[in-house]
Amino acid sequence: MIHSLFLINNAGDLFLEKHWKSVISRSICDYFFEAREKAVEPDNVPPVIRTPHHYLINIYREKIFFVSVIQTEVPPLFVIEFLHRVAETFQDYFGECSETTIKDNVVIVYELLEEMLDNGFPLATESNILKELIRPPTILRSMVNTITGSSNVGETLPTGQLSNIPWRRAGVKYTNNEAYFDVVEEIDAILDKSGTTVFAEIQGVIDACVKLSGMPDLTLSFMNPRLLDDVSFHPCVRYKRWESERVISFIPPDGNFQLMSYHISAQNLVAIPIYVKQNISFFETGSSGRLDITVGPKQTMGKTVECLVVTVHMPKVVLSANLSATQGTYNYDPVTKILLWDIGKLNPQKLPNLKGSLSLQSGAPKPEENPSLNIDLKIQQFAISGLKVNRLDMYGEKYKPFKGVKYVTKAGKFQVRT
Amino acid sequence: MRNALVSAENLQLTLKSDFSSEEQALTNNHSSGNEEKPTKKPHFFLFFNHFETMNEDLKEMLESNKESLKLEAMKRIVGLIAKGKNASELFPAVVKNVASKNIELKKLVYVYLVRYAEEQQDLALLSISTFQRALKDPNQLIRASALRVLSSIRVPIIVPIMMLAIKEAATDLSPYVRKTAAHAIQKLFSLDPDQKEHLIEVIEKLLKDKSTLVAGSVVMAFEEVCPDRIDLIHKNYRKLCNLLVDVEEWGQVVIIHMLTRYARTQFVSPWREDAVFDENSEKAFYDSEEERRVDQSKPYIMDPDHRLLLRNTKPLLQSRNTAVVMAVSQLYWHLSPKHELSIITKSLVRLLRSHREVQYIVLQNIATMSIQRKGMFEPFMKSFYVRSTDATHIKTLKLEILTNLANEANISTILREFQTYVKSQDKAFAAATIQAIGCCATNISEVTDTCLNGLVLLLSNRDETVVAESVVVIKKLLQTQPSQHSDIIKHMAKLFDNITVPMARASILWLMGEYCEHVPKIAPDVLRKMAKTFTDEEDIVKLQIVNLAAKLYLTNSKQTKLLTQYILNLGKYDQNYDIRDRTRFIRQLIVPNEKSGALSKYARRILMAPKPAPVLQSAFKDRDRFQLGTLSHTLNSQASGYLELSDWPAVAPDQSVRNVEVAGAPALSKSKPAKSNEKQKRIRSTCLRIMQHNYSLNYYLPPQIIQKTLNIMTKYILIHIVLSISSPFFVNCMCSLLHLCVFLACQFDAVSWPVRVSLQASSPVFVPETSHELLHRMTGKGLSAQYRFTRQPCIYGNSMVSLQLTLSNRTDQALENIHISEKSSTGQNIHRFNAIERLEPQASVTVSMGVDFNDSTQTANFQLCTKEDEFSVSIQPAVGELLLPITMSEADFTKEQGKLVGMNESSATITITPENVSSQSVNRKVVSVANLGVIPSGQENIYRFAGKTVSSGSLVLVSVALKDPDAMITINTEKTVMGSMLLRQVKTAVQGM
Repeated sequence: MIHSLFLINNAGDLFLEKHWKSVISRSICDYFFEAREKAVEPDNVPPVIRTPHHYLINIYREKIFFVSVIQTEVPPLFVIEFLHRVAETFQDYFGECSETTIKDNVVIVYELLEEMLDNGFPLATESNILKELIRPPTILRSMVNTITGSSNVGETLPTGQLSNIPWRRAGVKYTNNEAYFDVVEEIDAILDKSGTTVFAEIQGVIDACVKLSGMPDLTLSFMNPRLLDDVSFHPCVRYKRWESERVISFIPPDGNFQLMSYHISAQNLVAIPIYVKQNISFFETGSSGRLDITVGPKQTMGKTVECLVVTVHMPKVVLSANLSATQGTYNYDPVTKILLWDIGKLNPQKLPNLKGSLSLQSGAPKPEENPSLNIDLKIQQFAISGLKVNRLDMYGEKYKPFKGVKYVTKAGKFQVRT
Repeated sequence: MRNALVSAENLQLTLKSDFSSEEQALTNNHSSGNEEKPTKKPHFFLFFNHFETMNEDLKEMLESNKESLKLEAMKRIVGLIAKGKNASELFPAVVKNVASKNIELKKLVYVYLVRYAEEQQDLALLSISTFQRALKDPNQLIRASALRVLSSIRVPIIVPIMMLAIKEAATDLSPYVRKTAAHAIQKLFSLDPDQKEHLIEVIEKLLKDKSTLVAGSVVMAFEEVCPDRIDLIHKNYRKLCNLLVDVEEWGQVVIIHMLTRYARTQFVSPWREDAVFDENSEKAFYDSEEERRVDQSKPYIMDPDHRLLLRNTKPLLQSRNTAVVMAVSQLYWHLSPKHELSIITKSLVRLLRSHREVQYIVLQNIATMSIQRKGMFEPFMKSFYVRSTDATHIKTLKLEILTNLANEANISTILREFQTYVKSQDKAFAAATIQAIGCCATNISEVTDTCLNGLVLLLSNRDETVVAESVVVIKKLLQTQPSQHSDIIKHMAKLFDNITVPMARASILWLMGEYCEHVPKIAPDVLRKMAKTFTDEEDIVKLQIVNLAAKLYLTNSKQTKLLTQYILNLGKYDQNYDIRDRTRFIRQLIVPNEKSGALSKYARRILMAPKPAPVLQSAFKDRDRFQLGTLSHTLNSQASGYLELSDWPAVAPDQSVRNVEVAGAPALSKSKPAKSNEKQKRIRSTCLRIMQHNYSLNYYLPPQIIQKTLNIMTKYILIHIVLSISSPFFVNCMCSLLHLCVFLACQFDAVSWPVRVSLQASSPVFVPETSHELLHRMTGKGLSAQYRFTRQPCIYGNSMVSLQLTLSNRTDQALENIHISEKSSTGQNIHRFNAIERLEPQASVTVSMGVDFNDSTQTANFQLCTKEDEFSVSIQPAVGELLLPITMSEADFTKEQGKLVGMNESSATITITPENVSSQSVNRKVVSVANLGVIPSGQENIYRFAGKTVSSGSLVLVSVALKDPDAMITINTEKTVMGSMLLRQVKTAVQGM
């Protein structure tokens, strides 16, 4: 299936190659570079590129292109999903997935890639299995290894590999048994000029951090499971129980994982936590424009809106911005043409306002369209859909675990058209 | 140092005697490298020298006898490989370490070997014996990795060794090694396709494997080696369907794709039925009975195997793996009846939240789907709204889908949305939007005018590409109804001077010429202007000028004769020969002279023929010839190795090929006396098949239940209902009916629903009659209550113990409203009986209730209330009542017992009087104190009992071994506290014999 993998950085340097079958010359990447050139922005590179004898399927993540070489028919999503899994594994092992960390840990990267694919077909992709085969690097361990000469590589087959629950290893032990769940909801919305909602939906995920000894069997139930419109689960969740009883029953993986993601599309019911009053205009003459943005709270159920950031992708002709903000700081990058206004906490008594003038390239025609605003925000201890976890029960183990649930609402792809 | 070198030399000698030939090969390699590389880059030579010294260092490190040095060297070498540098000349030094004890070092050597073995075949042979030895290692990880590396070394000489190793590994006890063997099959096949026949044998064997670990890999091998041998799948089809949920996600994708192809060859189409169904229902009204019977094609019945596949893949739509969701979606698209298709919509829309690349593929597939089935995605239209931050290719795909989804009802919403896109800063996208508007306008005639007006407004747009695109689209639209729009043509003529994009200018000119009769005054004027600028125009514009001139000459020769001749003369000497050609042709055609002859008579008909309007259609129109979700679909051309999805067969091939000899089932149908006639037999076997399908996955049905179900179904004619419901619409009903029958059968048998294979609940062997006092009549002011344990599974909840309460009124007045108070003082969950409104004097009533004791003998305290009073009462259960009996075979019993040892086992030895001992008495004694099932025992003096705790369902196993004069009682259970309490009770009971 997957023949070879090349990692290429944003500047076009090929810094790692790995082959699972016969070696394919790196000159194959010239086709990729050609497409990369044509696309201008890295985001616009087509994910599937055809060459005379091969197909290149690539993903762009953390400023790295993962380019895989395919020779025969294969579902493209299979490869794309796998490449993302590789990136996630790197992130999991090294804290971040960047060119430097990959170069620093090239041996572990190679060992990982060797375990993840056999002859181009995925072999072990579960992080807990991999971690038993190849231990993640820590400062302490690498010091011990240099002194004692012991290695990072496991000698026996990970227990998970053979069991029905490959995501959990046997013999987990903790002194403090705890299970935390974060309900994170993101609002995807498009608001039009007048502030009416064109489109809104809520995407939620439940991230879990479970540190429990033994083989706990957990059941998570909601007060209002009917809210959930569409769900997808980590493989550990039993589909049947969800279908029949609307509870989430699972034997958790050890550590951090995403338990489920869900979708709520009750369009009219989506509460939009803030409103934006904006006025951006460009003048016909004088190569200048005016900008005036005010943000205020709308439906926040008494919670404070935090980490409020407004991003504006300005038209190419905008040279600089001379603005004043009543709260927070703003920054205009004349190269990327991005205006970033970091507001912070939203104070309902004193609404933040950004006002001032924009100067345009002289002689250029005024832009047709006003730029749209992208909003980022965060509300703690609040799930905008109203989803509530009812209880968490544990079976199969005798101890009493410490349990906790946290709710956060964020803005996802939240866009205001102007 | 010297020591090390000497030892290394010895090693080399022992490894291979003809060392000189290798050395030669090595030096050859060297020199060729020296010759080639410096010619490419002059400065490389320096680098190469440096490289060489570095290699020397590495060689030295590898040959030292310090593990850590070797490891360090290997790490550096792997670093070189990763950067794509050539490290092949270190091969002899590296390969010596293949047998190293250090596992990390060994793995790195493997990495190196796999990378360079193909180039250094002879040297690679040195390592083979190590792998052969490792293949016999007791550690499965070592066996597997040895096979992995051995099969990855692409050296043709070792093909027989690989074949042997694969055959052996395919029968290995460890499923992990078998999985590796499945991977190795593909590697060997690509190395030597002549081995196909032998490899198919191995595949056949591995396909039978019941491990979920192996399934995905072997199907992958099947797809690669022999995708046309579907006969190998038949017998494994049902197993694969049933295992699917538990297979790892990558395997799921491969299996689903394979099963899609399989199903298309084995089942008849579920699609034609929709159409036929409607027709029939209509006919039924008018046609006579006979005619209908003749007419009606055989009603469609979905093969249960087909249904099985659809049902078992459905839960995977909830997978987190986007590839799995896409695979299931395409399976439904290609296999399910049309009305069931809608379930995939939500999942596909969900994938749009994923990464950019995932969106791209999913949108492409949705685009293809939305052409054929608008209705599927229409409710989710807003999910395809474009955001300014989307990548360009995502934007265009979303636009495509929105255009496909447009209909009379939603067009106004879509057009309003398009208006925002037209203003986008991304001009390529804005142009695409204009094309989309054009598409909508032609497809939906109601909005053509609105769209045209909108497009005309765009003509005054500042951006050139937008204007150009609008002109082109307007041209296409006008072709459909030119007569009403002469003012638009006039407007365009006015704008003509400001438009510079050649394509747009050409389009306007063509419009002028084509409809010159509608604009008789303006057209010649435009031609006049064009004659002035002819030489400066682009080629496509020039061609259209010539066309315009010709058309005007024919319709209005008075005004344009000279102009035309001027233009034709200019064209005659143009640099582009297309234009020269065209000019020559036109001149001959329109200007009559002696040579032109007959053709010029028809010039008007040739040039001014009515032209059909262009059809604007989606680029995804013909994509559905490829299986969705494939690479070929994405590229819209056949990728190598693409396997065509066959058309449905007209007649379904034999279904029985998929039958697998199940141990229990066929014996059953035989055990039934043959008195029932042929028809009944057939019905029963159909039923049996359906049942196996329905229950094979989730539950194990004990043979007697199957038997009973069949009996009930035959007896109560339900079977006829089931079989007469043939339409797939009612398949679900059919399943429910089956459920009902099975449920009935269970009830008749007084057997509770079996949960696990080994844990079949059974009815209690013995129900004690003794009642316990709950409330004495003195304390209860005349109300007395007694309770007893019924030992039946509680109907109120699975984890409750069932109790029977007898309430008597000992006073001379009626008691009213007897009930259990809502607040319970202890934590137990109690199912209260319904309040008794009135209890007459001296009367008594029996009610049942359930208490969840949570597997502890803690008392359950609650308030028994009448209208006036409240009495605190409590129930303390004996430990034996917290159990439910189960049956299992003796073998299962000993197996389970073997698992519950150590802390989980408690035992005691007592002395008994031997004459009292008989099998009945021991059994009776034990079951009287504890609600256990008796396990039939093969041994004389050992008695076995099994049960499970009511709340948690933990297994409780009791065995009593009589050894004159001692009796040894052993209790095995996870619930150690319960175990020891039970032991005490059983001890007293047996001792009392």
